[in-house]
Amino acid sequence: MCGIAGIIHRNKSGDVGTEMTSMLRALKHRGPDSTGFALYGEPAEGEYVMRYKIAEQEELSSGFHIHKELEERKALVDERLRGLGVEILSEEAVTEYAYRCRIKFDGDMRKMADFIEDVDGVEILSIGEGLELVKDLGDADVVSDQYSLNGFAGTHGLGHTRMATESDVDIRSAHPYWAYPFKDVSVVHNGQLTNYWNFRRQLEHRGHRFVSNCDSELIAVYLADKMEQGKDLEESMTDSLSELDGAFTYLVATTDKLGMAKDTMAAKPMVIYESDDMVVLASEEVAIRSIFPHEVDTFDPYEGEVRVWER
Amino acid sequence: MGTLNDEQHKSYDMGMHTEQLSGRTMQKFFSLDEDGGRFTQPYTHEVDFDKKTDLDIKDMEASEVNTKMRELMAEGYGHIVIKNPLAKHSICVGILNRLKVDIEGSLGYFGCGLIDGPNVRITGRVGWSCAENMMSGTVVIEKNAGSTFGAAIRGGDLVCKGDVGSRTGIDQKGGTIIVGGDTGALSGFMMQRGRMVVCGNAGKDLGEDAFICTSAMVDDYCEGLAVDRLLLDAEGRDVGSAIELIAWGRIKASM
Repeated sequence: MCGIAGIIHRNKSGDVGTEMTSMLRALKHRGPDSTGFALYGEPAEGEYVMRYKIAEQEELSSGFHIHKELEERKALVDERLRGLGVEILSEEAVTEYAYRCRIKFDGDMRKMADFIEDVDGVEILSIGEGLELVKDLGDADVVSDQYSLNGFAGTHGLGHTRMATESDVDIRSAHPYWAYPFKDVSVVHNGQLTNYWNFRRQLEHRGHRFVSNCDSELIAVYLADKMEQGKDLEESMTDSLSELDGAFTYLVATTDKLGMAKDTMAAKPMVIYESDDMVVLASEEVAIRSIFPHEVDTFDPYEGEVRVWER
Repeated sequence: MGTLNDEQHKSYDMGMHTEQLSGRTMQKFFSLDEDGGRFTQPYTHEVDFDKKTDLDIKDMEASEVNTKMRELMAEGYGHIVIKNPLAKHSICVGILNRLKVDIEGSLGYFGCGLIDGPNVRITGRVGWSCAENMMSGTVVIEKNAGSTFGAAIRGGDLVCKGDVGSRTGIDQKGGTIIVGGDTGALSGFMMQRGRMVVCGNAGKDLGEDAFICTSAMVDDYCEGLAVDRLLLDAEGRDVGSAIELIAWGRIKASM
């Protein structure tokens, strides 16, 4: 089933970490397997934030050797970053397998990402000027506490609670997905794509990488491919309505935008609250209501709709 | 027609056999001659519509709310005002009684489902599948509604003054659905009986797989009608009788 939610503040920052945690907590019944956040903070000039993991959570229970193995993986990542000329401004080990670092890098982002992900078990969750992508097993409170997301100040964000239906319960199959190699682009999705494998083959032939067998990842890669061809976000999303097959509603965020698309059968829910100050979207109104103490007016977008809001 | 006994009188007095609003339903009513006197739902209560109480459900689960409503009806309350619904799911479900309910706020999914008799007014909006399988009564929503609005209703009147999502009246088997604004795609999907009035636009494939004895009227614009459809007109005029058009005009004027 899955639950998705998004929020964008207009012309100001907000406590998007706490807001997204609250909304995803309210959507827990739609998917308890994993929870993910894509939060957008204020960018720092010339800096990127990189979030990456060096193992799946379940690997930690594979034996005593794993701790030493993780140290070796981390050392190899550090060595490769240095070799590529990446300047690490700060680094934080959020868990034994998840890292957050602020970096400076003016080289080829795709090559850098490919080289780092070549290390066994390593996956870059996101690279962005504002984007910080966090996902792990457990509900919203578990993940938010684990990664200290309450109080995260930012302009907008996406979130996802996952009910695994077509791929494993692990971090690589959890949402959101970063639209590699585009900085600051992330996607969450509720639904099923029925032309996943056909499209995946086409995109792989054009050089795109997939880290999971989750159909939702296709949307992120698809949008990245479209934007690589020169289309803007809204055009790319509009194309997806006719080219992606299945029942879906998805949200996508960039440095300064938040968008939603709903398939032509309108089979997956979405409720929108829009005001001069902010836009809030969720699979169910109960999530929107979780961050408002008062009644608000909401509406459902219709079939085949694409909407994009700027912060 | 036979003579009404005391129990039958009671059900008529309670209004369980009268139509609500101006709607005309295709619901089949039981005949007094054919049915030997069982005209009230089991477990229904005699309530006093002037006996009113508030029910704050901010910290209550759906099952607690619905159980509490039954307890209040058993105590004779005929008017319940629900406060702080906070878009919770499955509120006011399975009410098989004459009852006046005011919901001050919004409901989530499956609100007012499986009801037979109550008159409900909701000041906010409702999520998916509002009033699913309603048998009789009225549900009036002041704002918008989600998809599958009035799914499989058999009777009663269901009114949304704002816009509703897709598949409105899916599998509708009776009753009347009135939409003050627009409705999404596949409205009237597999609709078998009853009426639907849309005062705004309708999305694509209105009436897909709908059977005869249905009528759907769209005021402004319909993206397209479904292929397998028998009694439907893009102009909303070929629906069987002038009476419906008159009712339609009255509805629009009053909304």
